[in-house]
Amino acid sequence: MNSTQIICIVCPMGCHLEVAHDSASGTYSVSGNKCSRGKEYGINELSNPTRVVTSTVVIEGAHLKRLPVKTNRPIAKGKMFECMKEIDKVRVIAPVKMGQIILKDIAGTGADLIATRSMG
Amino acid sequence: MYDIIVIGGGPAGLAAAIEAKKNGIDSILVIERDRELGGILQQCIHNGFGLHVFKEELTGPEYAEKFINELKELGIEYKLDSMVLNITEDKKVDFINSIDGYVSVKTKAIILAMGCRERTRGAIGIAGARPAGVFTAGAAQRFLNMEGYMVGKTVVILGSGDIGLIMARRLTLEGAKVKVVLERMPHPGGLTRNIVQCLDDYNIPLRLAHTVTSIKGKDRVEGVTIVAIDKSGSIIPGSEEYMECDTLILSVGLIPENELTENAGIAIDPATKGAYVNEAMETSQEGVFACGNVVHVHDLVDYVTEESRLAGRSAARYINDELRASAKAVRTKQGNGIGYIVPQFIRTENLLGGVNLFMRVRSVYSNSKLVVKADGRIIKEIKRSHMIPSEMERVQLSKEVLAAADIKELAIEVMEVEQ
Ligand SMILES: Cc1cc2nc3c(=O)[nH]c(=O)nc-3n(C[C@H](O)[C@H](O)[C@H](O)COP(=O)(O)OP(=O)(O)OC[C@H]3O[C@@H](n4cnc5c(N)ncnc54)[C@H](O)[C@@H]3O)c2cc1C
Ligand code: SF4
Repeated sequence: MNSTQIICIVCPMGCHLEVAHDSASGTYSVSGNKCSRGKEYGINELSNPTRVVTSTVVIEGAHLKRLPVKTNRPIAKGKMFECMKEIDKVRVIAPVKMGQIILKDIAGTGADLIATRSMG
Repeated sequence: MYDIIVIGGGPAGLAAAIEAKKNGIDSILVIERDRELGGILQQCIHNGFGLHVFKEELTGPEYAEKFINELKELGIEYKLDSMVLNITEDKKVDFINSIDGYVSVKTKAIILAMGCRERTRGAIGIAGARPAGVFTAGAAQRFLNMEGYMVGKTVVILGSGDIGLIMARRLTLEGAKVKVVLERMPHPGGLTRNIVQCLDDYNIPLRLAHTVTSIKGKDRVEGVTIVAIDKSGSIIPGSEEYMECDTLILSVGLIPENELTENAGIAIDPATKGAYVNEAMETSQEGVFACGNVVHVHDLVDYVTEESRLAGRSAARYINDELRASAKAVRTKQGNGIGYIVPQFIRTENLLGGVNLFMRVRSVYSNSKLVVKADGRIIKEIKRSHMIPSEMERVQLSKEVLAAADIKELAIEVMEVEQ
């Protein structure tokens, strides 16, 4: 039995979790979580950590020079910098609507990059 | 003549205006000095907004757009690029813009929602030259996220407030090297989730009880001198260390933006640096309400929305003559371990349901409880396994509990729980 202390970041409560890993059976158990989302997070964080990437892309024809974007779901933590490389290449032209897909299947993660505000 | 004028079109002003309209007030004007509505949220492109209000995790601009859309659908009038200069006791609001010039309008009620501003280097006194490359975290955030201007390549961040942490991650993702985040206090200034997501994820070191004493560089920053701080807050001699960098970012705190409030003679609480408010979010001046960061600095926009809806509803009640100004007020008082409490006054008679008390603890506490005392008698205890100054605490009290006794003072303090 192997146990790791982590802080749940799903919500601002920031519960202190203890995630135990039983390598024989391959199962995880979580304690210290105040809700079920914390359990899910604890297990994911040890088996396959993910994050939503938020950034900006160049926009032309709008009152600002950058359009904020995000991945529409969390992607593997290890893929973040690869995503950023693709985000850096994107150029869009106004008008754009909030939620509009800017880039499909970014860096092969299965997640889409979407606009997080309307502009122009 | 308007019924309500809202000053500031950030999340606080938007929520207050929308709520007032939903409570039957039609003549409302929102005045915003920026070129668009949304306030500080438009530059906070990261996610983590709205978990309480919308039960989903939104970015700042998404959270703002939901409220902006609602404001427009409700047909609430607003003016952009318009700066309020002055408010008077007889409820006149003076503002200027390039189209209308200098305008003075009368209103029945005013809602102050001007947000806060960043403390700057001057306010914390770092010695040395004044080279380029020193930014406040919020200014750097605006440059990068809205104007597309990268502020530097090798960065030291002073202050572990949320904006500093968010900028550490943002700059790293954009290819800068963030060498260290320094925090003067022995505990972090920002939310735990930001320490994890913004520093730990990228192996950015956080050095607690450290600060910057001087900046080197003539035209551009070349480096900074870092020192360790002891428990009493003094510099530890011999701990000086020089670190090369081309950029220093200051995330040393926010202060409510209260020039208008002070000039109008409204009383300011030294503990919050915002106006004293009562259960209706009304200031010391009848009919002038306040909400959001102008009252006290919030870390969660969800609480800003909640507080601002209350201000909007209260302004509507004030106009409909449903608030009793003369009702007896209970004073809330920060006891041991508590930095401040908002609201500072509760007129029990005016409460519709209960009252939410927002407060910050002064230091880090584990296994403790918040103890509520009415004139010295304990009326409620709330266990908390973990409390830190960066995360606002909320205590809810019902009208019945308050009405039961003839209370003069309501104190809240932190007490350790015996194991
Ligand atoms: C960098 C940063 C990161 C944050 N991250 C999070 C997070 O992850 N999750 C979360 O829930 N919360 C977060 N917050 C907190 C939240 O965004 C704020 O608490 C909230 O935006 C405050 O809203 P407000 O309307 O009071 O102030 P603001 O958003 O500052 O709006 C005030 C408005 O008033 C206008 N104004 C001021 N003076 C005048 C005048 N004289 N005339 C006309 N207009 C005027 C300003 O231009 C501005 O638009 C963050 C805050 C910051 C600064
Ligand atoms: S366990 Fe639940 S309550 Fe605790 S931080 Fe995680 S999501 Fe929030």
